Amino acid sequence: MLDVKNLSVSFATNDGTVNAVNGVSFSLERGQTLGIVGESGSGKSQLAFAILGLLAQNGRATGSAKFDGTELIGASPGTLNQIRSNHIAMVFQDPMTSLNPYMRVADQMAEGLIHHKGLSKARAMAECVRMLDAVKIPDAKGRIRLYPHEFSGGMRQRVMIAMSLLCKPDLLIADEPTTALDVTVQAQIMHLLRDLQRDFGMATILITHDLGVIAGFCREVIVLYGGQVMEQAPVEPFFASPTHPYSRGLLHALPRVDQEGAELNSIPGSPPNMTRAQKGCPFQPRCDFAKEDCKARLSPLTEFVPGRKHACNRSIEELA
Amino acid sequence: MSALIEACDVRVTFHIRREGDMPWTKPRELQAVAGVDFALNAGETLGIVGESGSGKSTLARALIQMVPATGQVIWQGKTDLLALSPQDMLAYRRDIQMVFQDPLASLNPRMTVGQIIAEPLRTHYSALPPSEVKARVQLTMDRVGLLPNQINRYPHEFSGGQCQRIGIARALIVEPKLLVCDEPVSALDVSIQAQVINLLARLQKELGIAMIFIAHDLSVVKHVSDRVMVMYLGRVVETAAKRDLFAAPQHPYTQALLSAVPIPDPAAERAKVMIPLDGDLPSPMSPPSGCVFRTRCFRAAARCVAEIPTLTGGVACHFPGMMQLAG
Repeated sequence: MLDVKNLSVSFATNDGTVNAVNGVSFSLERGQTLGIVGESGSGKSQLAFAILGLLAQNGRATGSAKFDGTELIGASPGTLNQIRSNHIAMVFQDPMTSLNPYMRVADQMAEGLIHHKGLSKARAMAECVRMLDAVKIPDAKGRIRLYPHEFSGGMRQRVMIAMSLLCKPDLLIADEPTTALDVTVQAQIMHLLRDLQRDFGMATILITHDLGVIAGFCREVIVLYGGQVMEQAPVEPFFASPTHPYSRGLLHALPRVDQEGAELNSIPGSPPNMTRAQKGCPFQPRCDFAKEDCKARLSPLTEFVPGRKHACNRSIEELA
Repeated sequence: MSALIEACDVRVTFHIRREGDMPWTKPRELQAVAGVDFALNAGETLGIVGESGSGKSTLARALIQMVPATGQVIWQGKTDLLALSPQDMLAYRRDIQMVFQDPLASLNPRMTVGQIIAEPLRTHYSALPPSEVKARVQLTMDRVGLLPNQINRYPHEFSGGQCQRIGIARALIVEPKLLVCDEPVSALDVSIQAQVINLLARLQKELGIAMIFIAHDLSVVKHVSDRVMVMYLGRVVETAAKRDLFAAPQHPYTQALLSAVPIPDPAAERAKVMIPLDGDLPSPMSPPSGCVFRTRCFRAAARCVAEIPTLTGGVACHFPGMMQLAG
């Protein structure tokens, strides 16, 4: 359904060109759940923005992202609007800044239905109330008249989700939907997303820095580092035995509630500065397995076992 | 041996004026911390967890008079910190240092790293000769893993993790007995977070300082603490040794909180029993009667509405105990 090939995103800034995403490829089937994990600056959000044509003014995307055969990169605003209104929806990280504070929830929710689908105001309103019920907002009929600031963070994120589902998208992109929320609320929202995903049968891309959230929600995971895909695998084998040195480091750096831990294995150093042009593997300065050739080039993403791919110059035997 | 720091019935009340209130209307009261007791021994780490709005940061600030509080905070069995005048408090501030959540915002952008780290020395040991100040700054920088050539750089030139190291160095240079860390790693990426946690654990072992570690992330708290205190709406709902709390949580809130933490293991994540916690934190302006947790509790009964549970045996609940899903 979604086919991304060699997608790159760069930004022209005063400090030079920032290469946020460098040649990312993946594809997504109908009804699939894909997790994209990475630290800040790994390009995970910009990847999503590029697909939806939401990059900032100074951003430029190259490569290809096809949705059911329609090219999205460089598409006209009309085409993009068509796709964004009917096929791909997005939930953002911060529900307060992505809702319009001056509009009642009812008005901003119904806007899309009235303009895109041509529904009458009354029918659009009924549809909105039904959707707020679906995301389990108590007293949806009464609360739809409220303004965003009158909701709590968790409720606001529910409104965002309800809004994104109104046009029955085929694909939902959720960019850190629970990062700003407390754990108990996060659990509620993830539970809700899981139910909705099952009921509506839409494909979902979940972008997050939290590997725990991915483990509970996704079937497949992509690990981004320095704007490149380091590893791509179904979740079970990934969490059982991550192969790429970065994925391993990330999993071992995580303190866990279900285990008694000694010292955490931290990854030395810090993430790469994206303003400098990269050659070779972006993770090489922090990698235990790095050799001289890692500075010069990085092997492309290759399938080493059916269904699992990673990008590393070292062979599986060397990494064992 | 008496405790290093002992809090008895600490309360923090904020007076809130709402927009549109008349000048003569009485401001409404918000109890951010409602009667907290705890004791901490030298060299120990107390983890404080709770959702946002549970009063955990306010409690930490109250201990060193950063917000006005009532009750008692006994330091080393002698002095009541809350009864001290601001001048007298200064001497104790040297022994209690703080590390803040936002690493960049808590550093003065117009001072160099060297100046930032040296500032507590200038305040508390103003007679120290410059050469000695420089030597101590260099020693502390080395201790937290900053390079000597970074001494003249400004905070904006550093990454979040490095800034947090600067904050830790600033706290440690006066050799405090107690370090209060308010969400020190929640703004950092996972790989950097592990570096800072390991650093704090190592320094604590080397220097023998006590630590109050505030976080909303239970897995982080589990990693660093000896004892853990769970707060809800300004009250302590459960406090226990780390092992007991995580192995056998007694309070329904602790149980719900633990079950909500995502586990990076698909099989475990699917197998785990989720305790649903409906709704949001009630407004601290008008907390529920009786047990404050009863509005979201799966075990709530008539008694919970009427009676306020007291903290007995480390848990404040009328029906404590391991979870039984039946009934």
